[in-house]
Amino acid sequence: MGQTIIEKIIAHNIGRETVKPGEIVTVKVDRVMIHDIFIPFVADKFEEMGFTRLWDADKAVLVYDHLVPASQLDDTRHFRIGDEFAKKYGMKNVHRSDGICHQLMTEAGYVKPGHVVFGTDSHTTTYGCVGAFSSGIGYTEMASVLGTGTMWIRVPETIKVEINGELPPGVMSKDIILRLIGDLGADGATYRALEFSGSAVDGMTVASRMAMANMAIEAGAKCALFTPDHKTAEYCEIELDEFQKSLTGDGDALYCQTISYQAEEMVPVLACPSQVDKIRPVSELAGTVIDQVFIGSCTNGRLEDLQAAAEILKGKRVSPFVKLIVTPASRKVYQEAVACGAISIIAEAGAIITHPGCGLCCGRAGGILSDGERVVATNNRNFLGRMGTSKVEIFLASPMTAAVCALAGKITHA
Amino acid sequence: MEQFSGKVWVLGDDIDTDIIIPTEYLALETIEDMKLFGFRPLRPELASQIGAGDIIVAGKNFGCGSSREQAPEIIKALGIACVVARSFARIFFRNSINNGLLLIEQPDLYGDIKEGDTITVTVNQSISYRGKQYPITSLPENLVEIIKAGGLVKAMRKRNGLE
Repeated sequence: MGQTIIEKIIAHNIGRETVKPGEIVTVKVDRVMIHDIFIPFVADKFEEMGFTRLWDADKAVLVYDHLVPASQLDDTRHFRIGDEFAKKYGMKNVHRSDGICHQLMTEAGYVKPGHVVFGTDSHTTTYGCVGAFSSGIGYTEMASVLGTGTMWIRVPETIKVEINGELPPGVMSKDIILRLIGDLGADGATYRALEFSGSAVDGMTVASRMAMANMAIEAGAKCALFTPDHKTAEYCEIELDEFQKSLTGDGDALYCQTISYQAEEMVPVLACPSQVDKIRPVSELAGTVIDQVFIGSCTNGRLEDLQAAAEILKGKRVSPFVKLIVTPASRKVYQEAVACGAISIIAEAGAIITHPGCGLCCGRAGGILSDGERVVATNNRNFLGRMGTSKVEIFLASPMTAAVCALAGKITHA
Repeated sequence: MEQFSGKVWVLGDDIDTDIIIPTEYLALETIEDMKLFGFRPLRPELASQIGAGDIIVAGKNFGCGSSREQAPEIIKALGIACVVARSFARIFFRNSINNGLLLIEQPDLYGDIKEGDTITVTVNQSISYRGKQYPITSLPENLVEIIKAGGLVKAMRKRNGLE
């Protein structure tokens, strides 16, 4: 019997030939990520548990992103506690203003194909874009992992998602993942792994795969996995070893569900308020007047996203009634977007460009909205009250759709 | 077999962690500070109405969304004895076990229950409501051990020779 990617990673991690879905096993953790919102709680629990040292300080990464730059007086307390914790336990991997955690974990080279990674954020599923098993956990569990370097997990069943063909113009990987979440439902992949394959996936950049892995949690998935290929190797600046090369779903592997799409049939879509699985084609909502557009986040704040937006905005002006807020996912992305000219095109179109971070996506700073306002946004959640008051309507979309809407001042088909 | 009764608050499907505790309150210093804002986007008055020993009954995918552990902590701090739902989101499930908040999966009760009514829970066995028994399954052994220890913190303290 063949194996799925997640089964191969877990079996390799625990030194066995095979594992079966439903088994409860203890894995050795390759990396952990903690962000600023939760570090005070992790630090508390870690000491309350009676640990006196980290299992491996070099494998832990601390990122300040949700509260950077601070917008409320108490926010800096999190940085102070984080810095104290890092100093006390010898953590060197601390990013104080470099960008969003999920962008940094792969961009800065912490995560490699085949790794087992946990983070104190639900969008930790992102690192599946390079073929790593990564998932979100709470701060108590993180404190225990920091002390022991291990965690119990249930081997998940796998849903195979095959996408063949070529995406039409104006359609991005974001549209595919939104469509999938709509088809599966917000709990359709709960406790399961999503495994992506097919010629459309092979043709994608790592950044496009990242947008899809990022949103796996929105269907409830434990993790999302892409087979590492030559693009992954180039992105991670490594040569794939035999184990990493083996990380593909076997033909005779057992899947609990198989979903197939033809890329040519994909259209630009929106997740409508206030459920991530309430998916409609953009054309059905055309003409809906909007107040703000957001291009950024750990889902869609990468260079290719900013370039796609710039191409649409070039030489044009954002609607005078719309605020377009653009947030690069990291400092590196920001610098690259400056170097290639995308940032100046976006600025000339009338956008507000903000510092890399999570602020607006999680409703803390940098463009929060009020009762009755509508926003088209490229992030991953449109929950009630997520980006301001509970009477804000959030429509999730791709960067291309978002840019087109910003010019028109209303929901518009590319 | 442990048994308890409680007044029921009924919530819907897909009750996400941003509803349970919005991000804007996560930087408050303590769970006690935060709990006053529990469920605010959906039912601003609910946090002040919940009493000790009350029970939440909800639909599918309860606790979906972010990894914020404040969500189960707040529910526990409000005095909720347990949450009964058609299904739970993965991270919320782990976080609840780690904090000793009892979660019970039960597919049928949600369709029958009325807010304000009282139910009786017999742990690992069944829920009793208006003379009808709703069967519930027991948790896997390794999770029972964490709950028995009083949560993951206590389990680790024991491991580290502190308890």
